[in-house]
Amino acid sequence: MTKEETIERAKRAKRKKAALGEDISIEEYIAGEEHPSLNSLDEFPAEYQQDLLDAGIEPTEKDRSGSFLQRDCSVVFSAVKYPGLELMSTTDALKEHDWLKEYLWKAVPVDTDKYTAEVELEQTHGYFIRSEAGKKVTMPVQSCLFISSDKIGQKVHNIIIAEEDSELHIITGCSVSHAVNSALHLGVSEFYVKKGAKITFTMIHNWSRGMDVRPRSAVIIEDDGAFISNYILMTPVKSLQMYPTAYCVGRNARATFQTIIYAHGDTVIDSGSRAVLRGEGSRSEIISRVISTDNAKVIARSDVIGEGANAKGHIECRGLMLSDTAELDSIPELKAERKDLDLSHEAAIGKVAEEEIQYLMARGLSEEEATSVIIRGFLNVDITGLPDALARETKRMFDMSLEKVM
Amino acid sequence: MLKIKDLTVEVEGKEIIRDLHLNIEEGEVHVLFGPNGCGKTTLLMTLLGFPCYKVTRGRITFKGVDITNSPTNERVKLGMGMSFQHPPEIRGVKLGDMVNIAQGRKEEAIDEDVIALAKRLNISVEFLNRDVNLGFSGGEVKRSEILQLLAQAPDFIMFDEPDSGVDVENIELIGKIMSELLDRNKMPSKRKKSGLIITHSGSIMRHLKADRAHVMLEGRIACSGMPDEITKNVMETGFERCVELCARTNEVDAE
Ligand SMILES: Nc1ncnc2c1ncn2[C@@H]1O[C@H](COP(=O)(O)OP(=O)(O)OP(=O)(O)O)[C@@H](O)[C@H]1O
Ligand SMILES: [Mg+2]
Repeated sequence: MTKEETIERAKRAKRKKAALGEDISIEEYIAGEEHPSLNSLDEFPAEYQQDLLDAGIEPTEKDRSGSFLQRDCSVVFSAVKYPGLELMSTTDALKEHDWLKEYLWKAVPVDTDKYTAEVELEQTHGYFIRSEAGKKVTMPVQSCLFISSDKIGQKVHNIIIAEEDSELHIITGCSVSHAVNSALHLGVSEFYVKKGAKITFTMIHNWSRGMDVRPRSAVIIEDDGAFISNYILMTPVKSLQMYPTAYCVGRNARATFQTIIYAHGDTVIDSGSRAVLRGEGSRSEIISRVISTDNAKVIARSDVIGEGANAKGHIECRGLMLSDTAELDSIPELKAERKDLDLSHEAAIGKVAEEEIQYLMARGLSEEEATSVIIRGFLNVDITGLPDALARETKRMFDMSLEKVM
Repeated sequence: MLKIKDLTVEVEGKEIIRDLHLNIEEGEVHVLFGPNGCGKTTLLMTLLGFPCYKVTRGRITFKGVDITNSPTNERVKLGMGMSFQHPPEIRGVKLGDMVNIAQGRKEEAIDEDVIALAKRLNISVEFLNRDVNLGFSGGEVKRSEILQLLAQAPDFIMFDEPDSGVDVENIELIGKIMSELLDRNKMPSKRKKSGLIITHSGSIMRHLKADRAHVMLEGRIACSGMPDEITKNVMETGFERCVELCARTNEVDAE
């Protein structure tokens, strides 16, 4: 598709409402002023440092192979410390690599809805991350998309490529200053996992009550490739709707989605994970833990489509309700298109069991302490597939975000 | 240590325990026998203060404090502990976490202390990292319960069938740890810990000497006596007959 054709399609989809989620009027949001670039992350204004930490970003860049920071609509920092790794704004990357245009809108169609169209027509950067063939970048790359002013509409297009037999670990945080009352984040992320490559993507969303968020993500996984997503959301958000999709197109391609959501306040979330198992022997696992409390409304979706021979997919969704004014709908779906498939799901929604509280009280905890231990336990999924250090760190980030809400 | 007076308990509006009297002194260990459904577990749960066990009459005093209406964790702080017959599974909470909690530690890590305690019950690090009671075998549940008590070190311990479904070697191991927890290896005058043990098979009694035994029938203590004698009568003749024998001995004693 030529650039002209892409723009043409985007224009035609400009008013196309998304299939799911409340419709948002994008026009209200602005690009805001340009922010100056930084020489290092710790030059970032002190008042925002905590917001970075909350999104899992390490300001000292210690134990990171690269760092990227976009503030509102300006890329303010981008640095690589590791050979074989590329990291820069998508805008720069498109200038540098002529071939990159072939990857745009290949995983996520540009005319998916008005949000993807908007990102094409009014794009404000985003990041490009690529590991060269054969390079295993075990130290994580960190990237942060930060919103610091009111009425900002961030419209990023991210491209992530792991070339053949390479490995890429990404920690990405989306964060917003406490001073922001209302803002919009549109984020298109296209992942390409080549033959034998692996990407782990640990995403911490640290939104606030005034944020409307519409990520549009898809992953294309080739032969023997693996993609692991860990998504953590513990802060309130005005409305979030997303349904990332992994296309396991190669033989033995594997996709894992783990989602941890603690929805409180007036949060409205419609979040799902989908795996399309097209390759022979491809596999997927979708695990989610969702807590809904206060007046939060959550729809937790998951979907596995089996198309390739001997594909295998499992869904495990658990929900916990902590309030009578909250809502939680769990919608697991399986679709089989041939006979030699193994697709399964488990879904359960419950409350904190009285019996479990009493058992913990019998070991000396107060009722409140016991409840918090049970909630922590519920959300505590062992994150698999990460290098040890990153797994420990993810656990620490998870504890930290939980600390804040409980 | 523990004084139960006139205790009547309702569960879901049904009277399960009636006018029960029982005193357990400091340093004493008592055994409780009784047929299925007679109210043994109900008694222990009531002593621990679980909310669905409603005390409609009577009083429970522990270490001189009236605890009839105290919440469970306060009773535990005073020094009560229990090994459960059917403990619940808690997803995401590891046995190692339970050991830390029982020890009153806030630490997250399953450290050397925890591992050393577990080793005494032949519990591996791998097992400490499993979600508590999730898929545990019958015998594993018992050892996990005793491990938590070992960490908690209560002054008064209730054991709800610690020997049910446990193999010979593990009964010996559990018996050894229970003896230690209950100061059984000390001179009688030096014993500070007390216990109440529910058992059906009495097999645990081969490894642990008790001071007194009781038979419960329909929510009452129907007879009490020396542990050896009661155990023998229950095992050989059954509960009803044991109670009859008891009554006859008492009459003879009275004459
Ligand atoms: N939560 C409950 N709801 C309804 N009935 C209950 C409840 N708990 C106990 N009961 C009833 O109370 C009676 C006594 O139960 P309890 O568990 O105390 O018996 P037990 O003596 O421990 O028996 P076992 O030897 O089988 O363990 C039983 O009839 C039981 O069904
Ligand atoms: Mg019982």
